[in-house]
Amino acid sequence: MTSLLEAEGLSKRYGRHRALSDCDVSVPAGRVAGLVGPNGAGKTTLLQLAVGLLEPSAGTIRVLGRRPAEDAAELARVGFVAQETPTYPNLTVAQHLMMGEALNPSWDASLAEARVGRLGLDVRQKARSLSGGQRAQLALTLAVAKRPELLILDEPVASLDPLARREFLQGLMETVAEHHTGVVVSSHLISDLERVCDYLVVLVDSRVVLAGDVAELLAGHHLLTGPRRDISGLPANQTVIEESHTDRQTTVLVRGRGPILDPAWTARPLSLEDLVLAYMRRGRAGTPGPSNRKGLEVVA
Amino acid sequence: MIEFHLDPTSGVATYVQLIQQVRQAIRLGMLRTGDQLPTAQQVVAALAINPNTVLKAYRDLERDGLVRARPGLGTFVIATLPPTDPKAQARFLASMAKWLADARAAGLDPDDIEAIYRTSFRNAFSEGSEGVA
Repeated sequence: MTSLLEAEGLSKRYGRHRALSDCDVSVPAGRVAGLVGPNGAGKTTLLQLAVGLLEPSAGTIRVLGRRPAEDAAELARVGFVAQETPTYPNLTVAQHLMMGEALNPSWDASLAEARVGRLGLDVRQKARSLSGGQRAQLALTLAVAKRPELLILDEPVASLDPLARREFLQGLMETVAEHHTGVVVSSHLISDLERVCDYLVVLVDSRVVLAGDVAELLAGHHLLTGPRRDISGLPANQTVIEESHTDRQTTVLVRGRGPILDPAWTARPLSLEDLVLAYMRRGRAGTPGPSNRKGLEVVA
Repeated sequence: MIEFHLDPTSGVATYVQLIQQVRQAIRLGMLRTGDQLPTAQQVVAALAINPNTVLKAYRDLERDGLVRARPGLGTFVIATLPPTDPKAQARFLASMAKWLADARAAGLDPDDIEAIYRTSFRNAFSEGSEGVA
């Protein structure tokens, strides 16, 4: 099957500012991919390149195997919810749905109405009087009702309270379960996406510092603690991602598949959040990432 | 029908938690042969998790011969889990007790012993056996 998103050497500059530098990313079909990174890392730039709102300065990006927004057919295959889940404040819920129907040839009116009904939205209400959570759900409804193959969402839950956040993600996951829609969703908080994404791309300072299947990433990293020592004795199949020492103790975050047999090390699994934070620190420090291994892509 | 609950602090992968809960429910008789598991959509709607996670759990349960997916109908329990052989349990309990006594006699304290147990458990179940650890 065709990848959801495929970028090669993708870069975007604004004058001298690099918004995105030499990104290689491949998100396989059928995934819910989380795009995580600090504010200003380039998440929005990458997503806007993916929906054709921006043109690359260098490199290529393909979405569902084709150039973003190449023609009307390609536009219909991708649903986009921009940052702040925008709606039209002066239009009612019903008018939003009418507009969606008028603008999208593949519009599924019964799906849109069913969704609005399930959410308990009053169709006569203007968008400006909806709560943040309701507005986000309305924006999601508009994107979902065009029956896209891929949904791209830019920080959809950032401004929502915890309950609205959970409800939004439930709605999103129901869509994935029902229509097998691929998803690329960004957030500056991994905790927002941990439950839903099975593929992860971490952006720091305009670069991809980590990308891969979530389960493989978790299985492939360990935190080792032990008495202070030189870490050059670690097995060759373990790559050191981060190390710290106190006068007596050494802590190392390693990447590698084999078991750690040396009894001096206590090996612990990491949470996804700790893993992402380590790569963020490393990315910020400007250290190059480890080389490609075992089907996980890591790009320096 | 059972409901799933997630423990986010357990450090156990979500799909493994789902598998454990189904196995436990079968073992305790809360799920019997012919009973239906919640659909992926129901689980997703309740827990806000990725449907692939549910499908992965159900695939593993199917591979183990506990459930069968019937296209268009759902996933159904097709087997019961025999309780673990009590003789084997007793035998390993006894050898563990002896091992612990030896370890204490050698001067290891409970933390040492737990560290050894955890390390060897992880090594035994992570090498070659996909995902279980």
